[in-house]
Amino acid sequence: MTTYGRGLRGLSLAAAATITVALALVFFYAPLDTDQGFIQKIFYIHVPLAITALCGFVFGGVLGAMYLRTGDRKWDIRSYVAIHMALIFGVGTLLTGTIWAKASWGHWWVWSDPTLTSFLIVMLLFATYQPLRFSIEDPERQSRYASVFAVVAGAFVPLNFIAVRAAQQYVHPRVLTLTGGNLPGSMRLTFLVSLVGIALLYTTLWKYEMAAKSTRMQVRALRRALLGEDSVVPLKRSAAPS
Amino acid sequence: MRTVMTVLRKDLLLELRGFETLPAMILFAIVTFVIFHFGLNRDTIDGQLAAGVLTVTLLFAAMLGINRLFVAEREQGGFDAFLLAPVDRSALLVAKATALFLFLVVLEVIAVPAFGLLLLGPSLGHALPGLIAVLALGDVALAVIGTLVSAIAVQTRARDLIGPIIGLPLLLPALIGMARGAGPLLAAHGSSSPPGRWVAILALYDVVFALLSYAVFDFLLED
Repeated sequence: MTTYGRGLRGLSLAAAATITVALALVFFYAPLDTDQGFIQKIFYIHVPLAITALCGFVFGGVLGAMYLRTGDRKWDIRSYVAIHMALIFGVGTLLTGTIWAKASWGHWWVWSDPTLTSFLIVMLLFATYQPLRFSIEDPERQSRYASVFAVVAGAFVPLNFIAVRAAQQYVHPRVLTLTGGNLPGSMRLTFLVSLVGIALLYTTLWKYEMAAKSTRMQVRALRRALLGEDSVVPLKRSAAPS
Repeated sequence: MRTVMTVLRKDLLLELRGFETLPAMILFAIVTFVIFHFGLNRDTIDGQLAAGVLTVTLLFAAMLGINRLFVAEREQGGFDAFLLAPVDRSALLVAKATALFLFLVVLEVIAVPAFGLLLLGPSLGHALPGLIAVLALGDVALAVIGTLVSAIAVQTRARDLIGPIIGLPLLLPALIGMARGAGPLLAAHGSSSPPGRWVAILALYDVVFALLSYAVFDFLLED
């Protein structure tokens, strides 16, 4: 029996503290961008959200592969929660991305930015994860098919980025790139702290949902053992494993 | 290998005797060309626009075949029979992907000349060798990913809906490769060889997804 609640309090506090520090750095320490001014600061939220969401999708694929290897349902639940959280972070990425695009390029959507475009395609693919699960009734088959989907879609993430990046003839001039050395030290520090903060937030939320799910399952199992089969309300058909 | 040939022969025979899927795919493609003529209000198109119309039409026509691919197995107990037989399960993937690839080739043998006749401005002749290369590589991606998606979707309650919504995003990089690879070929006075970058990306996509499908396909049959 895994107890997902262990260390959750410390992790939550660490996530809250890091995000507070990151926000303080964003507003009081990082210099204003000379080209874009204040709106550029959304970069410190947008890019960490995007990186965390993509890592979450790949993480879900790895956990799905673990389910296929072992056949143990806990891996499927972990994979589900990882993708579920990554989807939420992904919606945040798209929202902050469009706000940034509107502010700096004057349009809500810009096709010439390959990263935003590939992210949209990845989101469109992963948006089908829940409908796929929901339309398979048998729980064992649901877990197996969802894991196959998670593995394939997880591998699709890097490939898709290669293809879309190659499709842009000229990359829109980007103010900040992750690999480029044009990020001043103070901005890089702020960015890294934000990245750690968002990643900690993802981990905390993942553990919270896992703790909630496993507690609910244990309660159901105990009720069934103590009070008999009738005391447990049958589960409704659901996309979530439980 | 013998299993692959047997299943493939069964699928091709079924199609030859029943004429269920292929004629529908071909008709769909030709009707779509007519729809594009009216939708775009253009008598002839060329360049990237032509490549886009051609590849999008082929993609959607392929979707029809993908939806039907495993329906007979599901409805008439072919899956159970296949699982009972002492054969390698990946053989079903290879056979189905080959069948789908052959369907797509037949579709294109008819649809591409029809496209040249109905919509394409520049003549098809000089573009043909390059176009065949790009379409063949694209067909491998369509066949492999289509088979995988079809095998997932056929076991769901809403299979006609689940197939396209999973399949289309997964096929997007292949579509980009086909459309951008074919674009320069279909331009007026265009080049006769496709851009190497797109051929390379399509080939990479084919190889990765072929390996990936081979690795996960067994799990879709376990019952």
